Amino acid sequence: MEKYLDIVIFTVAGALFPLLTVVGTAIIRRRYPDPVKQGAYESGEIPFGDARVRFHISYYIFALAFLVFDVESIFLYPWAVVYLHLSRGLAFGEILVFVAILLAGWLYAWKKKVLTWM
Amino acid sequence: MNIYLAALLKVVGVLAFVLGNAFILIWAERKISGYMQRRYGPLRVGGPAGLLQSAADILKLMAKEDFVPGGADLWLWWLAPAVALVPAVLVYLVLPIGRSFVLQNLSIGLVFFASVTSFTLIGIFMAGWGSNNKYSLLGAMRAGAQLFSYEIPLILSTIGVVMLTGSLTLQRIVAAQANVWFVVPQIVGFLVFYVASLAELNRTPFDLAEAESELIAGYFTEYSGIRWAMFAVAEYSNLFTTSALAVTLFLGGWRPLPLLAFIPGWVWFVLKTYVLVFVGIWIRWTLPRVRIDQLMDLGWKFLFPVSVANVLVTALVLAVR
Repeated sequence: MEKYLDIVIFTVAGALFPLLTVVGTAIIRRRYPDPVKQGAYESGEIPFGDARVRFHISYYIFALAFLVFDVESIFLYPWAVVYLHLSRGLAFGEILVFVAILLAGWLYAWKKKVLTWM
Repeated sequence: MNIYLAALLKVVGVLAFVLGNAFILIWAERKISGYMQRRYGPLRVGGPAGLLQSAADILKLMAKEDFVPGGADLWLWWLAPAVALVPAVLVYLVLPIGRSFVLQNLSIGLVFFASVTSFTLIGIFMAGWGSNNKYSLLGAMRAGAQLFSYEIPLILSTIGVVMLTGSLTLQRIVAAQANVWFVVPQIVGFLVFYVASLAELNRTPFDLAEAESELIAGYFTEYSGIRWAMFAVAEYSNLFTTSALAVTLFLGGWRPLPLLAFIPGWVWFVLKTYVLVFVGIWIRWTLPRVRIDQLMDLGWKFLFPVSVANVLVTALVLAVR
């Protein structure tokens, strides 16, 4: 349990530290709010519109491919940990099949121009 | 000792180190970039070689006006620096600093490190979206694209090390490097890991997320003063911890060079890590920034197949040995 206590305390401290620093150093700052100063920064131009616009996320399909490959690469960890204790020919053959499927998916994505930045 | 007290001591120590590390690296990055461009870098502020420059910077950042952009989503905007700093602090738990000096020897150390560091993106995205600024939004989107493309080579390049060790515990991985550092059998893995980690850290030549010539400052355009400083502290801390992971996995961790074993292990660990940090700064002043499509191509069409091939070749060599 102690291990997880550390993780919890580190998370809480890491989150509180910046917030407390921002609040705690407020006494040595002055604040003059001003509508021009508080506008969005657009290189000195008067900002037009909002940043909340319909935005073309060019890597939407990249993100899907990422999800697939990331999960598959996590599957490799348990295999890698026990690799030296397995019957190696068999373990190697199995991972060859696994990686072949992975690479087939990757080649398919490449041929379908999923991996081309648009 | 009381476990709560122990945990508290650890976290205070880590936060002190994170701040000290930022203090040194602010100065070092300026000084090194100065010398690489045949300038002197900071000199006039005081201290040996202008070391007080960092102190002056920190004071300036604390005293700067803290203004909130008008259209910002306040919850996201306020919490983003905190979310960015949490993973930066958490990863210190598993780093094996010395022979018997590790804050928490988790059995899944490597997976813990990889999963926690990817949370940094959430902080970046909160900052980019919450600022309601077009530059910030673009920067956050690019940071996302970059993480998607480089997380997989980063993970795959560590698989070879795990195969050679048979453990995910970082302390065991260092122990397994008694005869030869893993950089020798895993040179391909090391190179892929290093390139991918530079991209994960948003450092040049992959700093598209904050490319100053096109996006002003990317996702933290609207942050100034102490809030910006929190992002900078988190970034310098990530630079240290990622280099430290590279040292742990490939460069023997706390293991000394031959004949120099009288120097304690933690000194070696810190020394090797800062050598890698120096290489990172060196690369920053050597290579120009890549384009976004080149970045994606490098990740998906080069590093990914190379890292898969590295896994297979390592497996084959271990199988026939």
